[in-house]
Amino acid sequence: MGGLIVDTRGRTLLAKIWDQHVIAKVSDDTDLLHVDRHLLHDLGGSRGLLDLKSRNIPVHNPELTFATPDHAISTASGRAGTIQTGWELLAALRTETSASNIRLFDIDQPGQGIVHVIGPELGLSLPGCLIVCGDSHTCTHGGLGALAFGIGSSELAHVLATQTIIQRRPKTMRVTFDGRMPFGVTAKDLILALIGHVGAAGGTGYAVEYAGSAIRTMPIEGRLTICNLSVELGAKMGLIAPDDTTFDYVRGRPYAPQGAMWERAVAAWRTLQSDSDAVFDREVSIDVGTIIPQITWGTSPEHVLGVDGRVPDPRDIADPARRGAIEIALDYMGLKPGAPIAGTPVDWVFIGSCTNSRLSDLRAAAEVARGRKVAPGVRAWVVPGSETVKRDAVAEGLDRIFIDAGFEWREPGCSMCLAANGETVPPGQRSVSTSNRNFIGRQGPRARTHLASPAMAVAAAVSGAIADVRTMER
Amino acid sequence: MAQAFTKLTATAAPIMRTNIDTDVIISINRMIGNSVRGNLGKWAFGSLRYLPDGSENPEFVLNREPYRAAEILVTGPNFGCGSSREAAVWSLQEMGIRAIIGSGFGDIFFANCFQNGILPVVLDKATIDGLAAEIEASQGAGRLTVDLEEQTVTSPSGVRHVFEIDPRRRAGLLEGLDEISLTLRRDHEIRAFQASDRDARPWIHFAGQSA
Repeated sequence: MGGLIVDTRGRTLLAKIWDQHVIAKVSDDTDLLHVDRHLLHDLGGSRGLLDLKSRNIPVHNPELTFATPDHAISTASGRAGTIQTGWELLAALRTETSASNIRLFDIDQPGQGIVHVIGPELGLSLPGCLIVCGDSHTCTHGGLGALAFGIGSSELAHVLATQTIIQRRPKTMRVTFDGRMPFGVTAKDLILALIGHVGAAGGTGYAVEYAGSAIRTMPIEGRLTICNLSVELGAKMGLIAPDDTTFDYVRGRPYAPQGAMWERAVAAWRTLQSDSDAVFDREVSIDVGTIIPQITWGTSPEHVLGVDGRVPDPRDIADPARRGAIEIALDYMGLKPGAPIAGTPVDWVFIGSCTNSRLSDLRAAAEVARGRKVAPGVRAWVVPGSETVKRDAVAEGLDRIFIDAGFEWREPGCSMCLAANGETVPPGQRSVSTSNRNFIGRQGPRARTHLASPAMAVAAAVSGAIADVRTMER
Repeated sequence: MAQAFTKLTATAAPIMRTNIDTDVIISINRMIGNSVRGNLGKWAFGSLRYLPDGSENPEFVLNREPYRAAEILVTGPNFGCGSSREAAVWSLQEMGIRAIIGSGFGDIFFANCFQNGILPVVLDKATIDGLAAEIEASQGAGRLTVDLEEQTVTSPSGVRHVFEIDPRRRAGLLEGLDEISLTLRRDHEIRAFQASDRDARPWIHFAGQSA
């Protein structure tokens, strides 16, 4: 609602999308924004709907609200092992979405899956959309040029009741990834390297736009991975300007516009990029040619290094607070100061999560797994991100490659990323995971998590230890 | 509806580790297990507070006197980063926390605090470190005062630090406003926006289509 725009200074992508969603100004830097898509999942969805019901407030726009179970349901075959709470949450989600006339993509249906995987897949997430969900990895959808961010339970109820959200306009940060991706380096490695560079709070208060030649040549699924980890650098939102790659990805998806409306939409989406003279509050440039496959060693995604590196030695750290934090992380992770990270024995490998469970991730993992065997003593799981990913992967025979190599092939869901469904890494065991958080207890009480790309995860599975995938890729 | 917050003088506990995430504040299995809202307080900081055998970890600050009675936390950088789970705020609230002072917070956690009547105060890191040092020197005996009307934090020795806060959020906390009701008062504006947006971006709206 710009009205008469007389300011001719360049505008950022964030400003363009933001301004299109302003219903009213609430204060100088805070606006009431329209929510175009509200995604619900089993962990918070029914609670929000029940909250409204108890206040006798109807859902404002059920047709802009979509739900799927992902967090609390088991990913075992037939959903065996779903915990009691998981079934209860699913039952409540079914009842409450039905009562409010909200589309639910239920288990075993083609639309079911991790909420951040199905949004893009179904064409629910579109360029220029404002998307919210009660989950911090909602920033994932920014890979399509959407303004997408996670909200809490109270805000979730506010969105259900009003189809709006009150937000303070963030500062803007641009990260330019230039150069050619080296052999064995993936989108996951780029974003982990960035988090290591700016720190887990480096993006706090910013909306981060990712730009540069490495982003422009990156397929959409990689861009979703990049944006997914924006919250791990502290940013609530990550964004990538939509381009022909984006439009090719979105075209023909079930909820995408069609025909004449498609043409109109694309014309509008082409304007969604930062002007060449737009000014950002912070700029970071990274030459991707310098990046090698990354792996985390500690308990924050900023505790990351190249796979050829050594874990830090607290004795080298002058600042007492940082030294203390590193000591605690090394102790929790059971690692020796200064030891090389490669060769660290692993017990578990998890390929999945909203970061890395898409078809391209499974292809990259299968490429390394093909003809190899999971090392004795290692349990390795592949959990596709959605029912559609699962079916497509099966059609390509990827499931067979994994099963032949000794991986477990499972049903779609969040699974061991946060272990809300009871699927945990046992206490003290070490896991290489393609997920997004290596927090203390994240994959289960006292579980030790190392984050890496899908190919690196397979390298660890077949080696029985953290290994450099570049020695294995064909 | 958020509880109101005006002024608080209370025991403060320093939890100075960097990047305390919401998984550490409340574990997911406590959120979806038998513990529900109203029964989360004893599980706050579970992995720090309890030893593997379930007994209290005597090393953890909130298990020590007088910090057990703390209503204020003084925190290290990036407190509350990670998952959007509002249960992290609920669990702190249920253990009696009313204000959290830090040099920076996870964005979603920060917003969730206001939704529940907890005041998150941002001060620069040097000030925070000074407050923590003063609290530790008094072994927790010195009390902090957080005054939202004045926008000040007063240290145990009486040094006042002014903090900035979004005026809208300040007003919301002082009065304990119900945001949903307030926004619904503007429903005519929301519907007018949607009507014009249906012309501008028809692909966004599925009028009449659902389930």
